[in-house]
Amino acid sequence: MGPLIPNGIIDAGWSYLVAFIIGIAFGLIMESSGFSSSKKIVGLFYGYDFTVLRVFFTAAFIAMFGLLYLNYAEILDLSMVYFPETFLTSAIVGGVIMGIGFIVGGYCPGTGIVAASIGKIDAIVFLIGIFIGIFIFSELFPLVKDIYFGNPMGKSRFNELLGLSRGMFAFLFVLIAVIAFIVTRTIEIRVNNKYAAENHGDQASAE
Amino acid sequence: MDGLLKHKGYINPYLGGILLGLLLLFTFYITGRGLGASGAIKRSVAAVVYEVAPEHAENTEYLAKYYGEENSPLNAWLVFEILGMLAGGFIAGAMGGRLKFKVERSAKITKNTRLFAALGGGILFGIGAQFGRGCTSGAALTGSAAQGTSGFVVMLAIFGTAYAIAYFVRKLWI
Repeated sequence: MGPLIPNGIIDAGWSYLVAFIIGIAFGLIMESSGFSSSKKIVGLFYGYDFTVLRVFFTAAFIAMFGLLYLNYAEILDLSMVYFPETFLTSAIVGGVIMGIGFIVGGYCPGTGIVAASIGKIDAIVFLIGIFIGIFIFSELFPLVKDIYFGNPMGKSRFNELLGLSRGMFAFLFVLIAVIAFIVTRTIEIRVNNKYAAENHGDQASAE
Repeated sequence: MDGLLKHKGYINPYLGGILLGLLLLFTFYITGRGLGASGAIKRSVAAVVYEVAPEHAENTEYLAKYYGEENSPLNAWLVFEILGMLAGGFIAGAMGGRLKFKVERSAKITKNTRLFAALGGGILFGIGAQFGRGCTSGAALTGSAAQGTSGFVVMLAIFGTAYAIAYFVRKLWI
């Protein structure tokens, strides 16, 4: 029963090779989905390209349902699957700062790595920025420790917080995702038609 | 609908999402943890600080856990994952004819503006990912798939904030 490495079914000595292979697949999927282009990524914030939303939501609910199924079929022990503890203040502060970094920089760390791999110089600079940012944080850590450890909620699960079973939560998540897919498709068509009408075809093609 | 292959040979986003979801699931099954990206960069910050100023590094509380016996193997795991991502991205880019050194930017801004924004955005993302205990991959995607509260809060905060300020920085993109 999985997870295989924590349960000693695959020897931990193989784990770096596994990491490398998983990384290759991760990079292949992201690059072929268009995540190596910052213009394409930020399209969801301006309505001209919702690729990120489609890939992200589809991946999240496939993995969410998959985890539930594998646990039900006793293939994977869900209690051994790691997820981080919640520190509410820190999660909000971090998300807000990352949101600004995302729309200003055009990448997130994963997409930045993939974009750098095909030669995007702005992505390489973005990664250098992340490096500097982490360094600044580590130097200032004593000053922000209260925020970092603020409002601890322990190993909190969102479905439990909402008083829903895991299955019901996953079902609602899919429902919201499908509605988002339909609505954003409509927005995308409208925005691109508007751009085309304004003769800004270069943006509409969402590079 | 758009066929399987659309602009510049990109795959259909729903297909990309299904593949990414299955990969995430496979990663959970093998390792008990999900995918991540910012953790490896954090690991390299720790290594560089140690090279340059070992004493300072050991006195830096936030990095100290990466030195000595508590050195978490997870972080080395992430480094190999990132090397794989670079290889995978490169292969996909080569197959799609997208390998090219270039600064991708809106026609309305100069190269330098774009690079400055990329640097600033990166710095913010680096800081934010520490507070968030992970980035879009490690916290938001992996965390929400595991139905962790932190993952959802981080995801909503990232996308909510980006939408809220998108208008003010639109010159950078449209």
